[in-house]
Amino acid sequence: MQETTANRVAANATSSFTEHLQRERPDLMPFGQVPFNQLPGTGHAAQPAAPLQAPHGTTIVAMTYAGGVLMAGDRRATMGNVIASRHIEKVFPADQYSVLGIAGTAGIALDITRLFQVELEHYEKIEGTLLSLDGKANRLGAMVRGNLPMAMQGLAVVPLFAGFDRPAGFGRLFSYDVTGGRYEEQEHHAVGSGSMFARGALKKLWRPGLSEQDAVAVAVEALYDAADDDSATGGPDPVRQLWPVVYIVNRTGAFRVPDRDLAAVAGRVIESRTVAQREA
Amino acid sequence: MTQQFYVSPEQLMKDRADFARKGIARGRSVVVISCRDGIALVAENPSPSLHKIGEIYDKIAFAAVGKYNEFESLRQAGVRYADVRGYSYDREDVTARGLASVYAQSLGAVFTAEQKPFEVELAVAEVGQTQEADHLYRLTFDGSIADEHGFIVMGGQADKVSEAVAAGWQGELDFAGAIRLALAGLVADKETTTLPVSALEVAVLDRGSESGRGTRRSFRRLEDPDIVALLAEEK
Repeated sequence: MQETTANRVAANATSSFTEHLQRERPDLMPFGQVPFNQLPGTGHAAQPAAPLQAPHGTTIVAMTYAGGVLMAGDRRATMGNVIASRHIEKVFPADQYSVLGIAGTAGIALDITRLFQVELEHYEKIEGTLLSLDGKANRLGAMVRGNLPMAMQGLAVVPLFAGFDRPAGFGRLFSYDVTGGRYEEQEHHAVGSGSMFARGALKKLWRPGLSEQDAVAVAVEALYDAADDDSATGGPDPVRQLWPVVYIVNRTGAFRVPDRDLAAVAGRVIESRTVAQREA
Repeated sequence: MTQQFYVSPEQLMKDRADFARKGIARGRSVVVISCRDGIALVAENPSPSLHKIGEIYDKIAFAAVGKYNEFESLRQAGVRYADVRGYSYDREDVTARGLASVYAQSLGAVFTAEQKPFEVELAVAEVGQTQEADHLYRLTFDGSIADEHGFIVMGGQADKVSEAVAAGWQGELDFAGAIRLALAGLVADKETTTLPVSALEVAVLDRGSESGRGTRRSFRRLEDPDIVALLAEEK
């Protein structure tokens, strides 16, 4: 009797908000609610009758620099050939020392982001200490894995995660695949539809030991190149005064780069390209 | 089969209440003070890791006296309640009033239905935009809930400590003043006139966390050097 009570208490003790939600309120989970073969329109076939139209987020770039890591995302969401949003923000602080950016189905991605933010804060409040950076990266991988049935319906979410590893004293980057596989990236990385072009730009622009200002400039220019060749990625928009969302994470925490700094940086990129008078 | 003696419900409740009160009075006191800068929570607690004060949500903190395992399970339940509520509705929909009423119901249910009542007393504090918008709720072992004004003292020789705090309390106190007042209260039932910083657990709910530190989470635990620095400031 005593032993079963102790076992029950131990089994119920969890520091994970996701586990608690799965147990008590599964209806609130962003994924894993409907078995994918029971979704309307799927029938027995593995492929849905018509692909579901939903806004998709596009390009995210991240890189290490001298004091930590930086992550930047453009402001566009697309639905087929239509621009669904010019204002969407796809890079978020996960907690005090980490940020995540999301590419893929925007609705699910935003909910996974919110769940991940609560997950980290919940752990911190229950345990009284921060989760390790590897622990955070693994939790995010588990969430992406949880979304696999939806990903097979064409509603994939691919995050990019970056944080400052305080015990080690440097910034680290993690990328994921749709099955939740977690890969640590060196130097820089990009995800989303424009990532090929952004990565090409990063290869030429990134150098070891970049200063913070230089890293911001490199990120904005890489997104500019992605927007140049990928119709689903939005470039800097001086007409509407829209600039990429850029977060830097260093020893003191995660901060958003203010819009007026980004306006100046984007202005310089546009100016240098105008002066060069090059076609491609 | 042995014959059960008849015990009147009045006697039964009184015995349970006496049992819980004894357990709570054995421990050391906790003081929660609402002041100009926010809400200060001060506990006499020699352990640096087994906390009596905890963060529940953006503007809400928790303080407790009594048995550690009992109030720790209530604290964790409170964090889960607040996080689920904030996740399913919105962050601003999590209020101390809602949390306090859930605590009152669970404490009341345990008091009447379980083998033994919880030997705990809780305070739920919510910091507002202005001092008038601060909320302090006191919850006792039987599920009673009280909306307090200004400050709460719980546990140990609560009446003596409470007298000392009441004598010095005023709304204009800053954090340093509020913590000094709490210390004066905590030594009221002792021979000494001061407590070592290592025997204290101090946390604050910062009213200006959004403008000052750029975070909506107003709870901040003060480490020993922070407390020494704060108390060394000019009076």
